Amino acid sequence: MSFDVAVQLTRGDARIGAAFQTGAGVTVLFGRSGVGKTTVLNMVAGLIRPDKGHARVNGRTLYDRNAAVDLPPERRRAGYVFQETRLFPHRRVRANLLYGAEDEARLAETAAMLDIAHLLDRWPRTLSGGEARRVAIGRALLSDPEFLLLDEPLASLDAARADEVMRALERLRDGTRLPMLLVTHDPAEAERLGNHVVRL
Amino acid sequence: MTPDEWAIVRLTLLVGGVAVAATLPLAFALALLLARGRFPGKLLVDGLVHLPLVVPPVVTGWVLLLAFAPAGPLGRLLDAWFGTSVLFRWTGAAIAAGVMALPLMVRAIRLSIEAVDRRLEQAARTLGAGPWRAFGTVTLPLSLPGVLAAAVLGFARAIGEFGATITFVSAVPGETETLPLAIYSALQRPGGEAIVWRLSAISVALALVALVASEALARRAGRGTHVL
Repeated sequence: MSFDVAVQLTRGDARIGAAFQTGAGVTVLFGRSGVGKTTVLNMVAGLIRPDKGHARVNGRTLYDRNAAVDLPPERRRAGYVFQETRLFPHRRVRANLLYGAEDEARLAETAAMLDIAHLLDRWPRTLSGGEARRVAIGRALLSDPEFLLLDEPLASLDAARADEVMRALERLRDGTRLPMLLVTHDPAEAERLGNHVVRL
Repeated sequence: MTPDEWAIVRLTLLVGGVAVAATLPLAFALALLLARGRFPGKLLVDGLVHLPLVVPPVVTGWVLLLAFAPAGPLGRLLDAWFGTSVLFRWTGAAIAAGVMALPLMVRAIRLSIEAVDRRLEQAARTLGAGPWRAFGTVTLPLSLPGVLAAAVLGFARAIGEFGATITFVSAVPGETETLPLAIYSALQRPGGEAIVWRLSAISVALALVALVASEALARRAGRGTHVL
């Protein structure tokens, strides 16, 4: 079991939550905008605390209301690729990539896989949307995560840029054993990338 | 400039420099508390910090005098711990200048901390950084231009301090008589106009340099980007 998640959060009248158990590969959280897909990712990452439920990945408990387990984000080993990338503007691409890394050992290999090796000395603000997205994926991968959280990784990219990122994600899915939880509102994306699809 | 004028300028820069250096950590801590903290009485802390900005400086100086007088609470502590007093000393002038500069510095730093996207710190946390490392490697460097701007602005305010200083530590030539106090006392002397002109020109030049530097730093901070 890769993901074993059942979380629920009540904010005013709105109830946000998801419950799913999925195996290896890419789990796609699919649903229309505003249904709370990103909130579910944030609850798994430890950035938002659910009201109740649990979140386990590869058998490791990250959050369990009943067992009073609530790991802080830095101990959850999540590689979170945010929709708005959240690259550190005051660090060059190389320093962004290495922020969560133990050493530089996997830098060259990861940069080559994501086709960002030529960007290492650039500042984040000079990157295109697709480049920034791939750097964000690289930064998450180099932090040695146990699973990946991907929030709309293809959103607001033109077709060519989206295709670059899509191919990088497919290489990642087929080349690593990292469980991935991917949020999208695009059925084609869900179809192409997902091993399991969860509708919200 | 004559040796006397040099001595006044040196004393002014010393008082302003020490005031800002000593106030900056406190200003940063207060700015962080006001920008990020959620606690009862926050409005009161905010108000107290801003008091020196709105209260007549003479009143601030008088309160300092009460506190640091030999029988005052802080004066007694200083005497008991260090066997010293700040009354009529340049250290007292620096305290007065620091207190008057504090609200301006807190405001500038607070704005720069609030301008940093907290979601960047969240990203740092998911990458394995604890709360302190996330703050030190993300928010602190990104708010640094604002901190520098606060230092320059506070320095400009400190070297111009008059009312609180003269009330608190008086105008002792060579000890507490900074530029503004020297200008005032020259004005009281017959034939002091030439000195007033020269000291005033020096004051304007110092303040202008500080303001232009502060504005340049603030603009850089306002762009949300950071040039190292």
